[in-house]
Amino acid sequence: MRARVTSLFAALLLTVMLVPGAAAVGASHSPSTTAATVAVPSQGDSAETTTEPEEAAESLRGSIRGPDRQPIPGLTVTVTQDGTEVGTATTDDRGQWEVPLPGPGTYSASLDPAELPEGVAPRTEGGETVTGVIVRPGANQGVIFQLAASGEGDDGSAPVASGPSFVDRFLQLTVEGIKFGAIIAITAVGLSLVFGTTRLINFAHGEFVTFGAVMAFFLSVSPLNLPLIVAAVLAMVLTALLAGVLDLAVWRPMRRQSAGLIQQFIVAIGLALVIRHVLLVFFGSRRRGYDQYNVQQALDFGLFRITPRDIAVTLVAFAIMGLVAFMLQRTRIGKAMRAVNDNEDLASASGINVERVVLMVWVLGGALAGLGGVMLGLTQTVFTDMGFQLLLLMFAAVILGGLGSAYGAMIGALVIGLIAQYSTLWFPSSLQNMWALLVMILVLLFRPQGILGRRERVG
Amino acid sequence: MDLLSILSNSLRGAFGPEAAIYALAAVGLNLHFGYTGLLNFGQVGFMLVGAYGTAVPVVAWGLPLWVGILIGIACAIALALLLGVPTLRLRGDYLAIATIAAAEVLRYIYRSEWAEPLTGGVFGITQFANDFYDFNPFSGPFVVGPFNFSANALWVMTVGWGGTLLACGLVALLIHSPWGRVLRSVREDEQAARSLGKNIFSYKMQSLILGGVLGALAGSLMAINTQALTPDVFMPILTFYLWTIMILGGASRIMGPVLGAIVFWFLLTFLDSLLRQAIGTGVIPSGWLESSDVGAIRFAFVGLGLMLLMMFRPAGLLGKQKELRLDVR
Repeated sequence: MRARVTSLFAALLLTVMLVPGAAAVGASHSPSTTAATVAVPSQGDSAETTTEPEEAAESLRGSIRGPDRQPIPGLTVTVTQDGTEVGTATTDDRGQWEVPLPGPGTYSASLDPAELPEGVAPRTEGGETVTGVIVRPGANQGVIFQLAASGEGDDGSAPVASGPSFVDRFLQLTVEGIKFGAIIAITAVGLSLVFGTTRLINFAHGEFVTFGAVMAFFLSVSPLNLPLIVAAVLAMVLTALLAGVLDLAVWRPMRRQSAGLIQQFIVAIGLALVIRHVLLVFFGSRRRGYDQYNVQQALDFGLFRITPRDIAVTLVAFAIMGLVAFMLQRTRIGKAMRAVNDNEDLASASGINVERVVLMVWVLGGALAGLGGVMLGLTQTVFTDMGFQLLLLMFAAVILGGLGSAYGAMIGALVIGLIAQYSTLWFPSSLQNMWALLVMILVLLFRPQGILGRRERVG
Repeated sequence: MDLLSILSNSLRGAFGPEAAIYALAAVGLNLHFGYTGLLNFGQVGFMLVGAYGTAVPVVAWGLPLWVGILIGIACAIALALLLGVPTLRLRGDYLAIATIAAAEVLRYIYRSEWAEPLTGGVFGITQFANDFYDFNPFSGPFVVGPFNFSANALWVMTVGWGGTLLACGLVALLIHSPWGRVLRSVREDEQAARSLGKNIFSYKMQSLILGGVLGALAGSLMAINTQALTPDVFMPILTFYLWTIMILGGASRIMGPVLGAIVFWFLLTFLDSLLRQAIGTGVIPSGWLESSDVGAIRFAFVGLGLMLLMMFRPAGLLGKQKELRLDVR
C-alpha cells in the first residue's frame, strides 16, 4: 500500500516538473470534424414521437447544426409547394424549426445561405434547397440540410496526399500514435489487471475514463478554478475512490454470491450506462476542452512537430507505465496482484488476502483510468462518449496483448495507437478506430491468447 | 400533473411501433442467448444491415421495397456467416467483445465517406418506404380510450406485432423440435453435445443466422417506420436495450421478449412523461433539470434496471431461475 502511494506521489511530482514547458501560446489544435446537420427523428427521439400527442396536422421540421455540431439559431427556413410559399420558420436556440403544412403532399424547403454563419456553407451546390420532400398524412417529416465548413466542399473526403511528404507524415503519425497509444496503455492496464484477478470484463472501465476527465473539467472551472494539474490529481483520486466503492458495493457482494461471469458482465454494462448518463446530465452533450494548455505553439523538431503539452502527456504516461511495472515487479502488493492473477486459490492458500488485493487492483485501475481521461481530454476534447469510444480500443489493446497481462496491455495499446494513426496515411481519419477493431477481430481469429497471453482454452 | 395523460402515453408507448420492433429484434437475440447461450452483443449490427439492405436498393437502384427487404435478409445471412466463422469458436466473453466490435465496425463503414454514394454517409437517406404505406389498409386514425394512433403507425404496428408473434410461433416450434433440443444442449453443456456426435459449430451458426435474420427484419421495419435512416441510430446502446428487454421478460422463454418489450416501453415512456410533466409544471424546479436532460435520465434508469435485474432476478418476469444457468463455458 505504502509503495503504491509513493509511486502515485512520484508520478505527481513528475507531472509538476514537466509543466513549465507547457506555457507557450500559439496555433490552435482542434481536430476538424466533417459537416453535419441533423434531421429528426434520431435515436432517442423515438420515444418522444410516441409520447407527444398525435397531431392531425402535418409539418416539416428539422434541426440545423453546423459542421462543429453546434446548433445554428436565427436561420429562416422557407417551405414552398409548386413554387408557392407555404410558410416560414426561424430556428430556435437549439437550431430547431418547424413549419405547419396545409396537408400531405410534396414540398420543398430552403434556407438562405447568406444567413449562415461565417465559414459555413451548404455541402453541395444548391444544397440550401431540399426539394421533393414527400409528406404522408399525419407525418411530421424531417428535413436534412447538409452543411459543411466552406472550402471542405463536396470532394473533401479522403485525406489529401499532397503537402508534406509521405515520410514526414509517417514520422508525424508515429509520434501521434505513440502519444495516443500511451494514453490507451495507462487506461488498459487497469482493465487487464481487473480481468486477471477477477475474470470480469469490466465494461464500465471506459466510464472511469470519462469520469476522470469530467471531474477534472469541473474542478478546473469556476467556482474552484483549480490549476489543471491539481484538478487532474484530484480527479485521479476521485476516480480511484469511485472504483473502490463500486468494488465494495457491487462486485464484492456479487463475488460472494458466486454470481456467474455473464451475470457480472451484464451488470457492468448496466453500470456503464448509469455512470455515462448521470455524467451526461451534469456535463451536457457538448464537447468541451480544458481552459488551460488549450492553445499551444507546436515545437518543430525537424522530423516532426509536437506541442509541449503533448510531450508532457506522453512522458507522464510512459513514466506511469514504468512505475506500474516497478510496482508489479518489486513491491509486496504488486507481487500479490501477480500472484492472484496467476492462480487465485494458490495465492489465497499462501496467505494473501485476495479480496484486499482485488480492491487494490480496482483502486489502481480507477486512478489510472481517471488520469488517462484527463490526458485524453487534454489532447482531444471532453465529452461523455469519450470513455466508451476508448473502451473499444482498450479491448482491442488488451486482447492484442493478452487478456490479464498488464505488460501485454501496454504493448497492445501502443500497437493499437500506431495502427489507428497510420491508417490515416491511406484511409479517411473517421475510420481510424475501425482499423483498430478489425485488427482485434483478426487477432481473435489467429492468436486468441494475444501476444503475451497465457495459452489457455478460449474456444 | 396529469396522471391520466401520463398513463395513456405510457400505454401508447407500450404497444407502439417501437415496442413491436424491439420485441422482434429481442426474439432473435433470445434465440442466440436464451436458447443457444451465445453472448451476442452485436445484434444492432444485424438491424443495421437489415435496415440499409431495405433502403439502399430502393433509393440507389429504384428497386421495389420487397426486393429491398429480401436483400436485407440476405445481408443478415452474409453477416452471420462472416461474423460466425471467426468468433463462434471463442469463449463467451471473447464472443461478446468481438460481436460488439463487429457491429461498431459496420457502423463506421456505413457512415464513412466511401459508402456515402449508397448510404448517404452521416447524412443518411430518407423516403424509401412509400411502397409499404401504399398497402396501408387503414384509412383513418385509430382512437379507442388512451390509444390514439395515426393510420400509418397502426399499419406498422400491425405488421410489427404480427411478425413478432409469427416469429415467436416459429421459435416455439423449432425449440420443441429435435433441432431445438440440440440447441439447448449446446447451451447447457457443449462438451456433452459434442460427445454425442453433434457438430456444435454448425448448430451455433444456424442459430446465429436465424436470430440475425429476425434482427434484420426488425431493422427493416425500423427504417420503414421512420422513413429516415442514419447509421448513428445503430449505436451499441440499442443492443443493450434489447438485452434489457430480453432479460426483463425472461431469457429462454418464448414470450419473454414480447412481454419484456411491452413492459420496457411502458416504463420508459412513463418515466419520460412523468419527468417532462414534472419539469413543465414546476414540480421539479427548472434549475435542477431541463427537459433536455430527460433522455439521459431515461438511459441511466435503463442501466440501473439492467443492473438490478441481473443482480436480483436474472430470470426476469417469466423465467425459471433454474432454466438459465448464467455462466461462462
